[in-house]
Amino acid sequence: MSITQIMFFFLSALAVFSAIMVLVSRNPVHSVLWLIAVFFAISGHYILLNAQFLAIVNLIVYAGAIMVLFLFVIMLMNLNKESEPNKHIWMKLAGAISGGCFLMVMVSLVRQAADFQGKEALVGTGDIGLIKNLGKALFSNYVVPFEISSVLFLSAMVGAVVIGKKE
Amino acid sequence: MQALTNRGQEVSRKPMSFMERLYIPAILKGMAITFSHIFKKKPTIRYPEEKRPFSPVFRGLHVLNRDEEGRERCTACGLCAVACPAEAITMEAAERLPNEENLYREEKYAAKYEINMLRCIFCGLCEEACPKDAIYLSETFAPANYTRKGFIYGKEELLIPNPKTEPEAHAKAKGL
Amino acid sequence: MTLLAFDWALLIEKLVLIAVIVFGSLGIALYTTFAERKVAAVLQDRPGPNRAGPFGLFQPFADGLKLIMKEEIIPNTSNKVLFILGPGLAMTAALMTCAVIPWSSHVELFDRKIELQIADINIGILYVFGVVSMGVYGIMIGGWASNNKFSLMAALRGASQAISYELAMGLSLIAVLMLSGSLSLKSIVGEQMADGSLWNIAYQPLGFFIFFICALAECNRTPFDLPEAENELNFGYHQEYSSMKLGFYLFAEYVNMIMSSAVMACLYFGGYDIPFLDESTLAPNIAALLGVGALLTKIVIFIFIFMWIRWTIPRFRYDQLMNLGWKTMIPLALANMLITGAVILWKAGA
Repeated sequence: MSITQIMFFFLSALAVFSAIMVLVSRNPVHSVLWLIAVFFAISGHYILLNAQFLAIVNLIVYAGAIMVLFLFVIMLMNLNKESEPNKHIWMKLAGAISGGCFLMVMVSLVRQAADFQGKEALVGTGDIGLIKNLGKALFSNYVVPFEISSVLFLSAMVGAVVIGKKE
Repeated sequence: MQALTNRGQEVSRKPMSFMERLYIPAILKGMAITFSHIFKKKPTIRYPEEKRPFSPVFRGLHVLNRDEEGRERCTACGLCAVACPAEAITMEAAERLPNEENLYREEKYAAKYEINMLRCIFCGLCEEACPKDAIYLSETFAPANYTRKGFIYGKEELLIPNPKTEPEAHAKAKGL
Repeated sequence: MTLLAFDWALLIEKLVLIAVIVFGSLGIALYTTFAERKVAAVLQDRPGPNRAGPFGLFQPFADGLKLIMKEEIIPNTSNKVLFILGPGLAMTAALMTCAVIPWSSHVELFDRKIELQIADINIGILYVFGVVSMGVYGIMIGGWASNNKFSLMAALRGASQAISYELAMGLSLIAVLMLSGSLSLKSIVGEQMADGSLWNIAYQPLGFFIFFICALAECNRTPFDLPEAENELNFGYHQEYSSMKLGFYLFAEYVNMIMSSAVMACLYFGGYDIPFLDESTLAPNIAALLGVGALLTKIVIFIFIFMWIRWTIPRFRYDQLMNLGWKTMIPLALANMLITGAVILWKAGA
């Protein structure tokens, strides 16, 4: 086993464990913190794939900004164990079954997708995740979706400002 | 309303100009002022090494005085305790025995004389009330202590050293 | 055995470098606390700490010993794990920044070329940003885990301040990155060192100004020290902390100061470049040592300016702080970015 493989399995185990902890934690703040751990593990995977830019942007945007806003809301709501609604066992079972079905569909779809078959991950060698290549791709091949999404963001920002202005 | 002095100035309420609203010039001016203070002389007196001289009218820790022959002047008349606004002074009187003439000046003396330094306000009224010049306020202050008990000063703390037997200590206590 | 087929000397070299840099920055931070008190004193016509050792030079050790010996109090109703995790995170985030800072060029020791930088990753400056944004968690977790509503409020205030100023900081940075065309701090410094090129401050005075103000806000320094406004808001988010856990928070602030000074020096003031001197004429080892000296000098000057500002300007009110961040800094940074982009395009076209 090479170091890359050890790292891969370690990060995968960490990601899965943290993801389970997100669901199992009683305290919503703990859930958010475990979710941050998941993001770290995923970023580790990006680095293994030599996509350093994606890794760090994942950390800055998701762990650094979005999760902070999540924490804001949760901390201000002052949720704790007592306020958690008591769910019935059947509800939990139904949730587990439907979630499991969804997972199965997703896994089978990904396995059947022609793009993924017979391909290997470019561990440590791929260079599409580097900032230069990513920028070139975004501004040449994918320029229309990129601009559309930026207009979407702009409209969201304008909307936030309008809501924020109380007159 | 009529002004009391002619030094009053109208507060300017005109809106700030653009340069003023930038705040940068004002901040730079402030920073120049603080920087200039680096080169100013420091007025600090480094305490244990250097001491600020007390003024001669400073009212500090009490001293029970002795006369030239080293006899205690206090006769336990209680005037100081009466004069004390903080009720910090207590005493117990005793009669002088025949062989104690070299210790006490009068027939009656203070067997116990206590000043509670936590109560004392160092007003100096005891000093003024004393008919025998037995108590006066020195130019030192009560040092820190770990317990409240330590601030109740008895005769052994208050009495000035005997000029006959320990002249150096006496001179030091007088500040000579 | 592929596991062992790996440059062990490189590992040792990097470990030694990490140890030197981490302990070096901690040592500098230790003396920054002392310098803070001395500078404060000098600016206020006082002598400052002068009792512990000659000129009070052992004062930081006395302060540290005091913090360690203090009683460790963990509030009963606090969340114990997170309460301890908070200061740890703050400190870790502060120290992790030093990984990408190029302290100097390279030295040649034992026939090896040793780069004086822990990792020259091609996204260096973004890494700094990522780590800085992690620093917010130290504040938030600490404030929340104390289970004290004032700590929580202060933590939220501190976090929103950090997020707001991170935006303007990032925008002002983009202009520099457009100039240099690289995210690696080493190549940004290298570009400024090259013959005939000026330091970035010459091209980006407004960008530097915005970056500097945002750095003040990110390090929670006056006039942006609302999260820990010690006199009126009761120390803010670390109100419940005592002993070395409090020390970690305070210390992390000083480490942050050093790191942001180092980043500013690298981005705008040529990093380890010595002005009016051609490094290539010197022996590489001497040049490297001089470079470290130059960078440290720049850091010390920045830290002095941080302190000088602290003892000059009063604290902002919270709405003023937010107004400055969102309504002044971000538009200015955007304008700076647009102008820089336009000038670069115009030059490329001409």
